[in-house]
Amino acid sequence: MLLFDIVLPGLVLGGMYALIALGLTLQYGVARVMNLSYGESLIAAAFGALSLYSGLGLSPLVALLLAVPCAAALNWLLYRFLLERLMRRGKDRGAKEIDSILVTFGMLFVIQGIMLVAFGGQYYSYSYLSIPVVVLGTTLAVNRLVALLFAAVIGTAVYLALTRTRIGTAVRAIAVDPGAARLVGIDVPSMSGFAFACGGGLVAIGGVLVSMFLTFNASMGVVFTMKALVVVIMGGVGNVMGALVAGLMLGVVETAVARLVDPGLTLAATYALFLVVLLIKPTGLFGRAAA
Amino acid sequence: MFSVNRRTLLRLTSLTAMTAALATFTSFADAQEKIRVGYAISKTGPYAGGASITTLPNYELWVKDVNAAGGIKLGDKRLPVEVVEYDDRSSSEEAVKAIERLANQDKVDFILPPWGTGLNLAVGPTLNRLGYPHLAVTSVTDKAPELAKRWSNATFWLGTSAQISEALADLLGKLKNEGKIGTNVAMVSVADQFGIELAAAGREAFKKHGFTLAYDKTYPLGSQDLQPLLNDAIAAKPDAFIAFSYPPDTIALTEQAQLLKFNPKIFYVGVGTAFPLYKGKFAANSDGVMGIGGWNADSPLLKDYLARHKTATGKEPDRWASPITYASLQVLQQAIEKVGKVDRAAVAAEIRSGTFDTIIGKVKLKDGLLQEVWSVGQWQNGEFYGLAPTTLPGARAPVVPKSQWQ
Repeated sequence: MLLFDIVLPGLVLGGMYALIALGLTLQYGVARVMNLSYGESLIAAAFGALSLYSGLGLSPLVALLLAVPCAAALNWLLYRFLLERLMRRGKDRGAKEIDSILVTFGMLFVIQGIMLVAFGGQYYSYSYLSIPVVVLGTTLAVNRLVALLFAAVIGTAVYLALTRTRIGTAVRAIAVDPGAARLVGIDVPSMSGFAFACGGGLVAIGGVLVSMFLTFNASMGVVFTMKALVVVIMGGVGNVMGALVAGLMLGVVETAVARLVDPGLTLAATYALFLVVLLIKPTGLFGRAAA
Repeated sequence: MFSVNRRTLLRLTSLTAMTAALATFTSFADAQEKIRVGYAISKTGPYAGGASITTLPNYELWVKDVNAAGGIKLGDKRLPVEVVEYDDRSSSEEAVKAIERLANQDKVDFILPPWGTGLNLAVGPTLNRLGYPHLAVTSVTDKAPELAKRWSNATFWLGTSAQISEALADLLGKLKNEGKIGTNVAMVSVADQFGIELAAAGREAFKKHGFTLAYDKTYPLGSQDLQPLLNDAIAAKPDAFIAFSYPPDTIALTEQAQLLKFNPKIFYVGVGTAFPLYKGKFAANSDGVMGIGGWNADSPLLKDYLARHKTATGKEPDRWASPITYASLQVLQQAIEKVGKVDRAAVAAEIRSGTFDTIIGKVKLKDGLLQEVWSVGQWQNGEFYGLAPTTLPGARAPVVPKSQWQ
């Protein structure tokens, strides 16, 4: 049926978009670091999964167990030794954002350079779980379905953690007002570092999972940064549910336009939707009105 | 604000003077002892994927081969090749700037081209103005004959879009006449100069050979899901599926066709089919897949090239533009040796008029264009053989229908 044929592949594509955007929601929305090296970190995780798979025959799903703590630790170090100083120095949100953009712009080239030296510029691709599965009469790839599943589970888990736990509340308090958060006894630097590290862990999940079905090379990071940014801003900066919903919406709209109108217009449809959302709700789907 | 006192100024001036003197000295010495070759190539950015499989490894291999043999022969002595390399970051402005720098500041003797149609067209006018021979190898455009007329220093090596589409349609037409395939063709193409030109030429060529285009759509560059496109192509029940695609899409289309059990008699995908990555990823499933490019894999010269490429760069070359890139460098070397001095205008003229012995056989350009270019290849038992134009030496018979995906 055409409806399922549009909605299901659309959700699967959207799940991938949401997945690659989840980490940025935490890093940009909560830790307030506009991480321009985001896409490069994602590709680095993809290379990690590829190396483990082709070198040791390790399944990417097992590789997650290794990649996520590593990425989180690396991101924590990055925050602790590079970004924290800037965060302390920046007078207001604008200054912090500009400082973090400059530093992470530099990080982008460092990570990309390391990957170019290690892997060269050529394309890489491998197959894992590239198995068809029929859902309601529509054929889907298992690996893409896994990505959607992860996006939904992680998105919900992070959302619940942020809204229902003490640490989550503290993290959200920092996002709203770091100055006031300090007054109520929240350790702002270490909590921000924690949120940034968690974001880094989520990037690694995204990178490992998309490497199962996308062809990538060392210089493709910017594509993912852009897509993640669109999803995060559309969903409402800092809102994990927003990113999930925005990602899924984009996927379904792209697929619908490809099937019903013309596949050449999918990119136009993405940005048209982005524009409409921002015109109606300038702070994004789930965004709060600016203070 | 800062103030400059006289002493710093003096120091600066003397430093500049010294560097300038040193530069003059070295360039004098250079002209005698080596041949300086410069290039700007996409080491980063969207073109890095193509450049680092087709162009850069062949530059490195060629320099290694030439220097191992003692260098390029000028008169009675051999001069080693020295390389000046820049990253053009996949940007036209950077590429043009780098070319200017190579010519005016580094004063290199010869400049090798960047990767891709767009960048080659971008640097074309500059190389023409500066008078450097321009081997526009990795550019596929219908404007090639016209450009070759306008730029007497430029040569084109991959044929035109029309040639590629025509050779493909011609091959399919023969198969149709033999009763091996029907008349239904589904065609998809990437919305980018490469895809647009090939698809436009394809539309005409297929119609001319009596095919119906049951599905004909373009998709934006960088699309991450091509399943919707394939679903509609499948619904058109084509005998031949043709995609003028770029490497990531080529891989994605093949993978999703397998998932959807879409197994047309002819499955032709674009750039990337000839890459070793394709064989590596799809293994036995690559068998029977057709794509752009191909080579005469039985030729001993190419077998030797394959082995040398593997040893020198640690990877296999692609089976389309890689051997042609290497051959174009052999042509450059032989042209320089025939002219006998670093006379760029004479070398450019010699490249156009001379006959050269290369790994792809005897090369004789016609009006600045290489005529003998493979347009259609097919993976057969782990090797990507050239199928069309059928008149080329070593052309194999196509295996049709392609075997079922496993």
